[in-house]
Amino acid sequence: MMEFNTQLDHQIIYSIVKSDSRVLDLGCGEGELLYPLVRDKHIRAQGIELNDQSIQECVKKGLSVFHDDIESGLREFPDNAFDYVIMNQSMQEVKKVDCVIQEALRIGTQVIVGFPNFAHRTSRFSLFFRGKSPVTKSLPYLWYDTPNVRFLSITDFRDFCVEKNIRIVEEHYLGEKTVVRFFPNLFALNAIFVLTKKDEAALKSGGKGYRLVL
Amino acid sequence: MKKAKHEKTNIHSVGAVETKTFTFAEQLYLASGEKLGPVTLAYETYGSLNKEKSNAILILHALSGDAHAAGVHAGDNDTGWWEELIGPGKAFDTHRYFIICSNVVGGCKGSTGPSSLNPATGKPYALDFPFITVADMVEAQRHLIDHLGIDKLLCVAGGSMGGMQVLQWVSSYPERVKSAIPIATTLKHSPQQIAFNEVIRQSIMADPAWREGSYYEFGQPEKGLSVARMIGHITFMSEHSMEEKFSRRLKSDRFSFGFDADFEVEGYLRYRGANFVKRFDANSYLYITKAIDYFDLSGGKFLPHGKTVDTRFLIISFKSDWLYPPHQSQEIVRALKRKHVDATYCELTSTYGHDAFLIEVEEQTTLIKHFLDKTFNGYLVMGNDGI
Repeated sequence: MMEFNTQLDHQIIYSIVKSDSRVLDLGCGEGELLYPLVRDKHIRAQGIELNDQSIQECVKKGLSVFHDDIESGLREFPDNAFDYVIMNQSMQEVKKVDCVIQEALRIGTQVIVGFPNFAHRTSRFSLFFRGKSPVTKSLPYLWYDTPNVRFLSITDFRDFCVEKNIRIVEEHYLGEKTVVRFFPNLFALNAIFVLTKKDEAALKSGGKGYRLVL
Repeated sequence: MKKAKHEKTNIHSVGAVETKTFTFAEQLYLASGEKLGPVTLAYETYGSLNKEKSNAILILHALSGDAHAAGVHAGDNDTGWWEELIGPGKAFDTHRYFIICSNVVGGCKGSTGPSSLNPATGKPYALDFPFITVADMVEAQRHLIDHLGIDKLLCVAGGSMGGMQVLQWVSSYPERVKSAIPIATTLKHSPQQIAFNEVIRQSIMADPAWREGSYYEFGQPEKGLSVARMIGHITFMSEHSMEEKFSRRLKSDRFSFGFDADFEVEGYLRYRGANFVKRFDANSYLYITKAIDYFDLSGGKFLPHGKTVDTRFLIISFKSDWLYPPHQSQEIVRALKRKHVDATYCELTSTYGHDAFLIEVEEQTTLIKHFLDKTFNGYLVMGNDGI
C-alpha cells in the first residue's frame, strides 16, 4: 500500500490530481507533495523552488525542479502546459498574488491553491480579546519573522475569485486533523480551492459535473 | 586548464589511464565553409560500455582543457581536470557508466589544431588552420561517438565551453542525447565575454614573438600568451575568492618600490601565466576563443527541431560566477520552459566564481549522481529505495 503523506492538505491534493497528468508545483519544497504523485499516479512533475537545499532533496527523489521564484518563474511556460498548477501554502508569501494566479490559470487547466485561513476563530479571539496579531496552527509565525505577506480568509478568497472572474471548481476546508464541514471561515485552519478559467469551466462542466465539497 | 583544488585525497580514482587517438579520413565540413581533414581527436575512456551500449557519457572540456579528465598517466602524478567528479562511486560513477572525454578540434593536446602538421605542406598549419566553431567541435566528436559504436549517449556534460558543446550536441543531435548537463555556461557569448577574449587575443598577437602565428620553429610567444592567461584567471575567480586567497598579502615583508610582483595576487597570476606557456599553444588559444565568441544558440537556434525533444536537462550555475553569470543559465532554462522540456535548474551558492564548477564537488555530485540515476533507471528504482 502506498504511504500517504501524513499532512491532511497533501492527502486532499493527492486525491484531486488525476493519474498521468502534468503537474507544476509552485514552492514545491523537498517534493513531499510531488513525489507520491509521481510514484503512484505517474504524473509528469515539475517543481519551482527557491531554496537550493530543497532542490537537492528533490533531485534525490528524481524530481525535476527549477530554482526560481514563483513571481517570475511562470512567464515562459506556454498556455495550458500543465493539467494542474499547485500553489500549496505558498500563495500567502507572494506579493503579486493576482498576477501569479492569472499566470497559473494561463499555464494550467486547473489551479489548486492551499492557504491558511486568517479568519479562524483563534485568530479572531487573539485579535479581538487580546489585541494581538494571531499566532495559530496554520499561521505559526510572529509578526516580525513571518514569511507571509498576504493575510486572507476563506471569504476573502471567494470574493477575490468572483471579482476576478475565476471559477471555483472545488473547495476543501481543513481543521487540524480532519476536514471542517460547517462555518469554514470560522472553523477551518486551512483551505484548498480548485480553480479554473471561467471559459474552461463552462466548456467542461457540461459533461463532467464537478463535485463541490461544502 | 584549471585544476581542482580539492584537498580530499582520492582513494576512489580510476587509476592509470592513457590518452587514445582516433583519426577519421573524411573531410570535416566546417561552419566557415572550409574543409578540414584528416582529423584526429584525442580522447580517454573510463569504465566499460555495457552490452546495450546504453551507459555512455560524453564529458566535454573547457577552453584550455583536454581529454585527460580523470585518473593518472603512467609516470605522472597529475590527476585529470575533473578527477573529483569522475571515478568509482563519484558523480560520474565509472562502476556504472562508460565515460568518454574528448579533446576538441583546434586544440593542442593530441587533436588536430593549428600546431598540427598540415599534410599539404608538411609544416604546422599555424594560421592556415581553418576557423572552427563549437558546432565543428561537436561534429568531430560525433565521428568519434560513431566510431565507438554508440547510437545514443546517456548524457553529455561539461562546464563553461564544455557546456556550450553540450548545448550544441543537443541542438545538432537531440535524438542521440538522452540527457544533458550544461554547467556555468551560456546560450550565447555576451559582448563582455567577447571583449575579454579580444583582449586575450590582442595580448598574444601584440607579442613580436607571435610572428603572425608562424612561431613554431622559434618557440611560443611567451609574454603575450602568459598575459592572455593572466586575464583569463582574473575572470575565473570572484572578488570574494581573491580576497580570501590573497587579500593584500605581500610576497615579502615590504614593498619593493619597483615593478616586481609585490603582492601575492601578482605572483599567482605570473605563475599561472608562466605555467600555461609550457602546456598550451598560443594559436590554439586564439582559435578556440574565437570559436566560443562565435557561439550563439539564441533566437530559436537552440533545439530547433520542434517540440519533440525528450532530452532531460540538469543546468547548474554558481552565484559568484560573473564570467558566465546565473542569468545566462536562466536564459537556457527559459528556452526549455518554452519547449516544455523536462529540466532541473540549480543555482549553487559558491564564492569561487567561474572556477566553482571545478571546485564545488559535494553539491554538484548530489545533483549529477541522482539526475543520472533517474535518467538511467527511471522512477522505479527510486520507489524501491523506500524514499
